[in-house]
Amino acid sequence: MSPRARPARPRRPGRMRRAKPAAPRGPAVRSVKIGAERVRVLEQGRGRPLGVLAGLLGFPSWTPFLEALSARRRVIVPSLPGHPGGGDFRRLDELADWVVATQERLEAAGLAGADLVGLGPGGTLAAEVAAFSPGLVKRLVLVAPFGLFDEREPVADVWARRATELPATLSERPAEFAAQWLAPPAGADPIEFQIELVRSLEAAARLLWPFGDRGLAKRLHRIRAATLLVWGGADRVVPASYAKRFAGGIAGRTRVRSIPGAGHRADFDAPEALAKAVLDFLR
Amino acid sequence: MKLLWFHLMPYTELPDDFKQKHPSVWVDIDPKLFDPLRAHGMYNDFLDELEHAAELGFDGICCNEHHQNAYGLMPSPNLVAAALARRTQDAALCVMGNSLALYDPPTRVAEEFAMLDVISGGRLIAGFPVGTPMDTCYAYGRNPSQLRERYHEAHDLILKAWTTEQVFAWNGRYHQLRYVNPWPRPLQKPHPPIWIPGGGSVETWRWCAELDYVYAYLSYFGYKLGEATLHGFWEEMDRLGKDRNPFRAGFLQFVGVAETREEALDLYTEPALYFYERCLHVDARYAQPPGYMSEATIRARVRSQVVRAAVASATETHAYGRPAFEDIVSKGYVIVGSPDEVAEQLREVAVNLNVGQLMLLLQFGNMRKDLVFHNTELFAKRVAPQLAGLFEDEWENRWWPKPLAPAARAVPRSLG
Repeated sequence: MSPRARPARPRRPGRMRRAKPAAPRGPAVRSVKIGAERVRVLEQGRGRPLGVLAGLLGFPSWTPFLEALSARRRVIVPSLPGHPGGGDFRRLDELADWVVATQERLEAAGLAGADLVGLGPGGTLAAEVAAFSPGLVKRLVLVAPFGLFDEREPVADVWARRATELPATLSERPAEFAAQWLAPPAGADPIEFQIELVRSLEAAARLLWPFGDRGLAKRLHRIRAATLLVWGGADRVVPASYAKRFAGGIAGRTRVRSIPGAGHRADFDAPEALAKAVLDFLR
Repeated sequence: MKLLWFHLMPYTELPDDFKQKHPSVWVDIDPKLFDPLRAHGMYNDFLDELEHAAELGFDGICCNEHHQNAYGLMPSPNLVAAALARRTQDAALCVMGNSLALYDPPTRVAEEFAMLDVISGGRLIAGFPVGTPMDTCYAYGRNPSQLRERYHEAHDLILKAWTTEQVFAWNGRYHQLRYVNPWPRPLQKPHPPIWIPGGGSVETWRWCAELDYVYAYLSYFGYKLGEATLHGFWEEMDRLGKDRNPFRAGFLQFVGVAETREEALDLYTEPALYFYERCLHVDARYAQPPGYMSEATIRARVRSQVVRAAVASATETHAYGRPAFEDIVSKGYVIVGSPDEVAEQLREVAVNLNVGQLMLLLQFGNMRKDLVFHNTELFAKRVAPQLAGLFEDEWENRWWPKPLAPAARAVPRSLG
């Protein structure tokens, strides 16, 4: 499909749908074959391709943040292992397994050499891919990525949380976050919904346990891509001050932006403002 | 049936306002609460209590492994078992057990258990728990998504190390060892009996059945909850075509014996409350790291009404909180009474749950040594005789240690 072609006939991901896009045309949903697995790819918009790697809990469906990005770019979202539609993650042991799995998703989704946005754990993987394979990423946007750890200002233990604490840990709009992300949508099997949630948290744990430091600091200098580091100003998971730690290590040109009033899931709390920061940087 | 005396080794001097002022007894408990001078006395009392139980004729004495907590002061149960191996003669040494996924390489478990088995003349019961999330994922930092994979690999490696008569290479997912060759090797052949402490997971039941291991349900919520779990276990054994040999199953029970029920309540209420209110005061944040429980188990628990009811009444409402004292007694968390009353209730527990390996907690909470001795003596002399022989005419206990004959055993100098 050429960049200017219209997206394929929209098909909504029905069962797992949670968030309500502002103007829901609905993305194209396709799957790509990687080895023996089929991996879900969401896609919408025109223009140059822009890859997005999801944060904690994955993208169960299209979201307002993705919608806002797709106003100016052809947004392509391959699911990460363990996220909805992302395939098996329990065969991934070493960091190298995760990096390869991410590279394969980017390549299969047509994102080799494209701009790449990664949120939270997706940001960790985007940074790792940019460090391992600099040619695979053109420009990089990291939204509150995990990957560094400073014990004077530690990353929060997102797994040692009661279920009732999770919304306020991740979002500055906890009630809405809980309703839209943590409660099963109408018609969904509540048990399977719960299992999918836990699975995506487990996938993040498998990659990041106990606090996300898998040695990225030793590889940051390999990132030559121009990089935007963007944080919710009220991030309670990865302190906003980590932006400077990342920026200090990355070889490429860096820019740091803060999204006021947003928590760790800035893509949920301030989708328009975050999308604008991303699109401005990638202009 | 077999009667085993189980020690958790709790720190017995947590402050009265512990529950109000401290969020958790486990993982990040205030280090300043630990007084090594007081612990010196505790450890020596605890070892006395275990030795005393062995002298009084309990079939086995048990210890277990926990980390960074005041609930149980045994990060290394093997050290405790080593001390007991030299101070006891006939009791089985039930190490319940080593959390396999925490040992790197796991051949450490094969070696240390073999040492215990050889030193004790073949009295070891080898317990292979996964371990609590607090111990494994938080205190020892194991990735919850890899914990069970590591556990199963460690199990396979240990079994192969014990049963292979040649040096071999292990090319595992988590461990690669060019030369596996544990010295010493266990005295019991092909290996010591293996017991698996577990919760109510169907996968664990099937695994125990497949490998012919004892399944031990260790709960602090009494036989009424235990009934729901063991009922599920025996139904699964039926489905798998296994017999209902009660020695396949173990069960843990708090017991307080006195001359009368009133006296028992008087003596054991405070230590029971200490246990439930302080020792089990675990921050719920540490209860359920994602991946610790398999998806199949989550599904089974949510979908099975019986298990759901049992879990709801225990792990959610009470496991990390405080039950009312009336519940502690009325629901059978703690069985208290006169020797005859206790014997009758335990017989009922054993028969109803069909459990042949009964583990008894006769020390719990902040119970002091003189009361522990009193409880243990009353039990040994006036309760145990009433339970002797149960199940033994009908069933063979294939999961009990096979020690050397007494004449063939070395006698430690301290016992000679």
